[in-house]
Amino acid sequence: MRNWFNRQNIVALLGIVLLYAVVQGLIVFDIMPPFYKLTLIQICIYIILATSLNLINGITGQFSIGHAGFMAVGAYISAIITAIQHGPLLVGLLGGAIVAALAGFLVGLPTLRLKGDYLAIATLGFGEIVRIIFLNTEYVGGAAGFTLPSKITWTWAFALMAISVVLMKNFVGSTHGRACISIRENEIAAESMGVNTTKYKVMAFTMGAFFAGLAGGIYANYFYIIQPMTFNFLLSFNILVMIVLGGLGSMTGGILGAIVMTLASALLAGVPEWRNIITAVLLVLMMIFRPTGILGTKEFSLSFLGKKGDKNAASKN
Amino acid sequence: MPLLKIDNLSKSFGGLKAVSNLNIEINEGELIGLIGPNGAGKTTVFNLLTGVYDKTEGKISFLDKELSGLKPYQVTQLGMARTFQNIRLFSDLSVIENVKIAYHQRTSYSLASALLRLPSYYVGEDEMQRKAMDLLKIFKLEDKAEETAKNLPYGEQRRLEIARALGTEPKLLLLDEPAAGMNPQETQDLMNLIRWIREHFKLTILLIEHDMSLVMGVCERIYVLDYGMIIAEGAPDEIKSNPKVIEAYLGEEVV
Repeated sequence: MRNWFNRQNIVALLGIVLLYAVVQGLIVFDIMPPFYKLTLIQICIYIILATSLNLINGITGQFSIGHAGFMAVGAYISAIITAIQHGPLLVGLLGGAIVAALAGFLVGLPTLRLKGDYLAIATLGFGEIVRIIFLNTEYVGGAAGFTLPSKITWTWAFALMAISVVLMKNFVGSTHGRACISIRENEIAAESMGVNTTKYKVMAFTMGAFFAGLAGGIYANYFYIIQPMTFNFLLSFNILVMIVLGGLGSMTGGILGAIVMTLASALLAGVPEWRNIITAVLLVLMMIFRPTGILGTKEFSLSFLGKKGDKNAASKN
Repeated sequence: MPLLKIDNLSKSFGGLKAVSNLNIEINEGELIGLIGPNGAGKTTVFNLLTGVYDKTEGKISFLDKELSGLKPYQVTQLGMARTFQNIRLFSDLSVIENVKIAYHQRTSYSLASALLRLPSYYVGEDEMQRKAMDLLKIFKLEDKAEETAKNLPYGEQRRLEIARALGTEPKLLLLDEPAAGMNPQETQDLMNLIRWIREHFKLTILLIEHDMSLVMGVCERIYVLDYGMIIAEGAPDEIKSNPKVIEAYLGEEVV
């Protein structure tokens, strides 16, 4: 009988724990410069954002570009809970994520009837509406935003990132994830195979919004300050670029894209005038020579450790 | 009581009456053909049955249930599955994943156990894998289970589409031109396959076909559609000699 305790899962778990311990050690013994720590936490936030957007765009094939809007909802709600109401951090983060999921559900129900470009425009509009609502709300400081204590540590950021990624990966690897993929592949055929396409589109959208809200909460409780300007459409595009770079429809590709883009932007921080040009040129080259993204729709997996061979095992070579 | 009863069904697209006053009755276990010249409205009938189109008038009852207003996935869940004239596989997925998606509606585990990888997830996935493999064996596709669907030869793609439809465990199977693009030998094999799956799965089959040898060879009863209306109904031999049918459709082929 197959169960959770197989070699693949155990190796993955050990890898995750080891990665955490090494970085934590470097932080505790003050070896790691603060800038690196900041970059690592940023990477965690962007990994959650990229994989959750991938759930909507890459897996279910619904082109959404309003992810910054859901992130903003999560950021503001969690900041209100932790800073203004003085609630515990975990309650704030979960509260932000749940309200973002609710927003995703309410926005998803009507807009997911739209296809392609129309859906993109509707979600883009949603993102801007959210930003403008916060911009005009005095309670959260309007355009100036508001400050809050930084409570997120590397442990928080990494643990939440790892849990989010595992949950999303589990979703994609189940029959529910396959139903979403079938919608991307051929919506008419999916429907005729008994897949309730509306339900699964809304489910993916809600789940994506939940994790975007969680990432927003981590962001707000780490960076001391949140302002509406942070969550503009450029942020949505940035997340989109990450998953296109890594491979639309590949969860591990999204993670890779988030790491590459965040590192590139950190490494080029010394030459800000060149930063956008270099990333743009890289993306153009990418689109010419490998338009499917680094991993395409394949997944990097540890299945070569198991007994049964998997065709995707060697996809990252 | 018939399995499927179509009563005075009509469908208009603006001023065009694609189907008018259609009456069809199919009993359990029958193998029925629906033929007609190009543009006669055959695929429209399938789309009306499976809920892709809303009907303008009339009634469709399947297993004593009225089908009006049901979405395609609900019709499939009631036990009616179809294939498409222009193959609609999940072409970038593997062969076995195509079949597993058909088993989705009978999933035994919940979303929560999928997310948390509870034991019921592994039980459910193993069962799905086994069922899908069994079905692929019947269609002699088990060696290609991990192949990407779009890389299969044309005939095997057709077979996979039928296998996938059977994965939804239907009572009534609708085949839209299953022999399109096949050579005579492949058509012959397909005839045997259709007869065999009807016996094996205890199915009722309604098929649309242009290939006369296939229709005359396997169907017990045939409906002939022309300009959206039934112009003849009966056994293959009666249809062959019906002057209206010859005029509308068969032309010199049977002479």
